[in-house]
Amino acid sequence: MTDERELLETIEAERYELFEGPTYKFTFDRRDFIKAFGLGIVFIVPVTRAIAQQRGQGESGRGANERLPNDISAWIHVNEDGGITVFTGKVEVGQNTRTTLTQSVADELHVPLNSVHLVMGDTDLVPFDLGTFGSRSTPTMAPQLRKAAAAAREMLIVMAAAQLKIAPADLRIIDARFVNHDKSKTLTLAEVAKGLKLVKVIPDDLAETQPNDWTVAGRSVTKVGAPDFVTGKHRYTTDIKRDGMLYGKVVRPATFNATLVSVDTKAAEAIPGVKIVTDGNFIGVAAPDQQTATKAANAIAVDWKSPGQPSNGELFDRLRKPVTERRGGGEGGGGGTRPQGSIADGLATADKRLEQTYTAAYIAHAPLEPRAAVAEWKGDKLTVWTGTQRPFGVRSELAETFHIPEDNARVIVPDTGSGYGGKHTGECAIEAARLAKATGKPVKLVWTREEEFTWAYFRPAGVIDIKSGVKNDGTITAWEFHNYNSGPAGIQIKYDIPNNDIRFHASDSPLRQGSYRGLAATANHFARESHIDELAHAVNMNPFEFRLKNIKDERLRNVLVEAVSAFGKAKLAPGHSVGIACGFEKGAYIATCAEIAIEKPTSKDAEKKKNAKVRIVRVVEAFDCGAVVNPLHLKNQIEGAITQAIGGALFEAIQFENGKILNPRFSDYQVPRFKDSPTIEVVLVDRKDIPSAGAGETPIVGLAAAVGNAIFNGAGIRLRSLPLVPKGLAT
Amino acid sequence: MARVTSLNINGKKMSVDVDATASLLSALRNDLDLTGSKYGCGEGQCGACTVLLDGQPIRSCTTQVSRAAGKQIVTIEGLEKDGKLHPLQEAFIKADAMQCAYCTSGMIMSATALLTKSPKPSRDEIITAMNGNVCRCGTYQRIVDAIQIASGQVAAKEVA
Repeated sequence: MTDERELLETIEAERYELFEGPTYKFTFDRRDFIKAFGLGIVFIVPVTRAIAQQRGQGESGRGANERLPNDISAWIHVNEDGGITVFTGKVEVGQNTRTTLTQSVADELHVPLNSVHLVMGDTDLVPFDLGTFGSRSTPTMAPQLRKAAAAAREMLIVMAAAQLKIAPADLRIIDARFVNHDKSKTLTLAEVAKGLKLVKVIPDDLAETQPNDWTVAGRSVTKVGAPDFVTGKHRYTTDIKRDGMLYGKVVRPATFNATLVSVDTKAAEAIPGVKIVTDGNFIGVAAPDQQTATKAANAIAVDWKSPGQPSNGELFDRLRKPVTERRGGGEGGGGGTRPQGSIADGLATADKRLEQTYTAAYIAHAPLEPRAAVAEWKGDKLTVWTGTQRPFGVRSELAETFHIPEDNARVIVPDTGSGYGGKHTGECAIEAARLAKATGKPVKLVWTREEEFTWAYFRPAGVIDIKSGVKNDGTITAWEFHNYNSGPAGIQIKYDIPNNDIRFHASDSPLRQGSYRGLAATANHFARESHIDELAHAVNMNPFEFRLKNIKDERLRNVLVEAVSAFGKAKLAPGHSVGIACGFEKGAYIATCAEIAIEKPTSKDAEKKKNAKVRIVRVVEAFDCGAVVNPLHLKNQIEGAITQAIGGALFEAIQFENGKILNPRFSDYQVPRFKDSPTIEVVLVDRKDIPSAGAGETPIVGLAAAVGNAIFNGAGIRLRSLPLVPKGLAT
Repeated sequence: MARVTSLNINGKKMSVDVDATASLLSALRNDLDLTGSKYGCGEGQCGACTVLLDGQPIRSCTTQVSRAAGKQIVTIEGLEKDGKLHPLQEAFIKADAMQCAYCTSGMIMSATALLTKSPKPSRDEIITAMNGNVCRCGTYQRIVDAIQIASGQVAAKEVA
């Protein structure tokens, strides 16, 4: 098993990732668990070093007075009916972690999938967890739950054997039943758990079942709970209704960074049923229905003072003025490499030298379910339902904002309408809780699409400078790489270049920015894989052969070969061209072939009418993330990531001016639709000998470069800015 | 102010008391607790709020509730009959045509309208008819598959 720290060093450090275990470890009281879960058996796993490393000082974890202790990493409850409930701090946001974790537990316990139920992201019920990001659920949570389940299985067998008065070695669990060798003695899980009030501490040193012996995992399973989603029964945060609930609306500042000068609420107060809250820069309204809340908010006259702020036009010059410099990797996680060799020497020995700049725009997550929260106070206890990827982080934000102990705040995350890294923070929860506190009633607040596009945060924009040298035989001799602002994810090279210097420079971002699916790995792969293509063309080599010549890494070579061979050698239609790209991020390897068509314009827009249309026709992507837990959902994730990548590659960009977002609507901000969607073919490389890495993010990183390279191959035009063709291709 | 006091939803007459200018989506979700139809954009651009009005797919977020009064409204909650899923609902599960599934109700309602009009649509027809519905998770290819499965043109693929 790869050490957790090593794994973390290969991924970009999120701003929340720190590396310290708790200062003290006190004993816990088993009665707490019995109180919490009632009859049956609770199996608990103490925190191990690997888990402790995931927790940080910045995160408080569980407080000393909480109902359930802090030093437990997982718990599994077998109830009197034999049903199994697993508790995890991970959340379900469409990545189908609920399904894959259920598979892993069912696999270890030897029970059918439908006997296992996961309670996710409820801070009163689940073990502390840092959050659902960084593709960590599969590589870290699945093994933790597997170990817990394996130990529970062994302990249950001992209990059943005692009840049957036979040796534990003669008993196995088959399909949720204890069965001895000749099937003469059997027991159900319910018969073992009945009437018990047991808390068992289990070790986590039991080996988990290896991929070759998986029976429930490793297979394609459709989404757990799917019938509730296709019938509309599932309750997202936006669907929750509480008795006496009011609807909230926040009055937003005129621009970013504006300060409140004056506010006149008289007209709004005259509307029956309306409660207005002004507190510092916060102005909010609660009313018995949404229409009235909105009407009241619009009736409030506010004067804001706005400072002058940067606009799109000056973005990249601004980002080039870094505030700090880091070599190689990111903060916290370490993982940076020192420069190797000498760039000057590498350039001196090169036959061709190349220097180019690449840029990437800010883009929005635009999750279809906007930020939403339902907040309810009972005395000084606060419960908030909200779609966040960091339930415990949001709980801390609430505790801090309202000056209450953390154990007085409970955050519950219903399975959520996606996040893509965009739902790490708790603004909406705080706003709803503020309104609920003022009114003494539950309040629901759902951000409008415009608020979501404006007041959330963006994938960082960035500028990347690359200087390189190559010999005529195709050997790359020098690689100097500077990333300004977009981030260090995926910045490292898997090309064998003796002289390299790779740096990330943090800048003063004019817009609020944060996590995003794959984060900077997309921009870094776009720049690198475009530049590699440029080098191949500079020495008249086939870009595929050129890559193989400079890559030794066996897994990367393999996905490249798999993708290119699956794409095939059939002659392309006239006007069609293909480009390739490959890479590595968060423990997974990817290679992407994109076939495009450069077509006559169809747009009515004057500027777009002059320009050719670039349509992505077919994408073949090979992906290796180690052992595959659920091939169906893995394919679905890869297809989805490729589709989402189309937006950032071709047309998505946030336009901003003087503290305002100019395109905060789907009518102004284009996202990929059915007509933009190519035929996607996925080649899964299932490495049962390698622990599973997460797969929600990395499949997104290859497309932009592959499309850019295809445009060059088709039109002879090299585009170096993302998005590539927001207004079509000027030929 | 004019009020709407009754709506025909999923074959049943339902009492409400809402401002006539309120959106149909708001009446369904907030007043009748039929929350299967979703808010995604409020400007008819994403399709998450799609319902059928006299058989036609409409964006309930930009439709005033007064326009729906007296007409037959079908929402996602009305497709399951006697505990049996609608063929499109079955097909969406079989094709794994969802991730976060927030768009799924709207997708299924748009697809229902399409199949009523064109029982065996080609892939191109499906793409054209569905282009107003956004799936931000990017499951478009699977949704096209699901609609083809539901229309009996493609056998539900062996889940692979």
